[in-house]
Amino acid sequence: MTAPTPSQTVGPFFGFALRFDNDANAADRESRDAIRVEGQVLDGVGKPVPDALVEASQGEQFARCRTDGEGAFHLILHRPVASDDAPFFEITVFARGLLRHLHTRMYLPGEDHANRTDRVLQLVDESRRHTLIARQDGDIVHFDIRLQGEDETVFFAL
Amino acid sequence: MSDLDYEPPYLYPDYRSSELRAPRHEPVRLPDEWFHNAPGPVFGRIPVRAEDADLTRQHRGEPLGERIIIHGRVLDSDGQPVRNTLVEVWQANAAGRYIDPVDDHDAPLDPNFTGAGRCLTDTAGFYRFVTVRPGAYPWRNHLNAWRPAHVHFSLFGRSLASRLVTQMYFPGDPLIPLDPILSSIPDPRGRELLIAHLDLDTTVPEWALGYRWDIVLRGPRATPAEA
Repeated sequence: MTAPTPSQTVGPFFGFALRFDNDANAADRESRDAIRVEGQVLDGVGKPVPDALVEASQGEQFARCRTDGEGAFHLILHRPVASDDAPFFEITVFARGLLRHLHTRMYLPGEDHANRTDRVLQLVDESRRHTLIARQDGDIVHFDIRLQGEDETVFFAL
Repeated sequence: MSDLDYEPPYLYPDYRSSELRAPRHEPVRLPDEWFHNAPGPVFGRIPVRAEDADLTRQHRGEPLGERIIIHGRVLDSDGQPVRNTLVEVWQANAAGRYIDPVDDHDAPLDPNFTGAGRCLTDTAGFYRFVTVRPGAYPWRNHLNAWRPAHVHFSLFGRSLASRLVTQMYFPGDPLIPLDPILSSIPDPRGRELLIAHLDLDTTVPEWALGYRWDIVLRGPRATPAEA
């Protein structure tokens, strides 16, 4: 085994570089199975993190969004096709101040039965499980990422 | 050998921005079979053109600064080359200024330099960029804090666990021992892994100095990292 190259922070100045056309949209907003995701990245005192990069992936889908001055990000994704497990997206978070990136999952609202029986959600302390499940807010699926503090998002070792 | 001592902790108070952003809970460890089966993001929507690997040819004129070549091989921790994987780089210009609007350092922008590039590794895992050596720049972490010259790298690899964002440093830079971001790596041997080597085999005589920097991504037999 060769030691993996260590991680370093993405820093504050990546916004001009890690961009590509339609980067935040893995799906067309008009498509029938499109999910519009909005959320905020927040720090340990609840302040917005304006220099984070959020990446979402699932199957062939990949999208990334830099947070704005309010710490807000938005993504348009296809709803995953049904399977035995609850549908979810892999979420990776980079930011100034994070020496290593963080990995979490976004589960979907309206999947109560699947979310109750999901094998990964079962591994998470029940009092923290809600941090992994987005909530419906009209046409929007809302998912905040709290790096620290009250209701800190559950992150997974990778 | 433990990967842990080669990875920075989330909380490293000398790097002030980590204090309110480092999670306080331990990450939840999933069963190993899940870790080994989680596929990596499919980055095919990100366009890569041949000219994206030459940061000195993206404008009408040539950027100011010392022209350099950065070249190396991407391997996984099992020793296998990582082929056709996306490498994204970004950096300050020779004066130590990023084109990013967030950067307010009082050093000149260069109209002939953006400072962003991309390439795919070849069938043996090699990548190569032509650029200019970035300048050091001040930041507000502590009084008289200056970042050593560095180039940011982002790589995908084959699995979710192989995703890597890191920074490459230059050999002999006197700012290296003073930098809290690099010093956050507990084991000095881990820090060494982020420092390129001057490489006369990569150097093109009369044209550009070459640096060699190999990158190791976590491979199929790696184990999950702890906090």
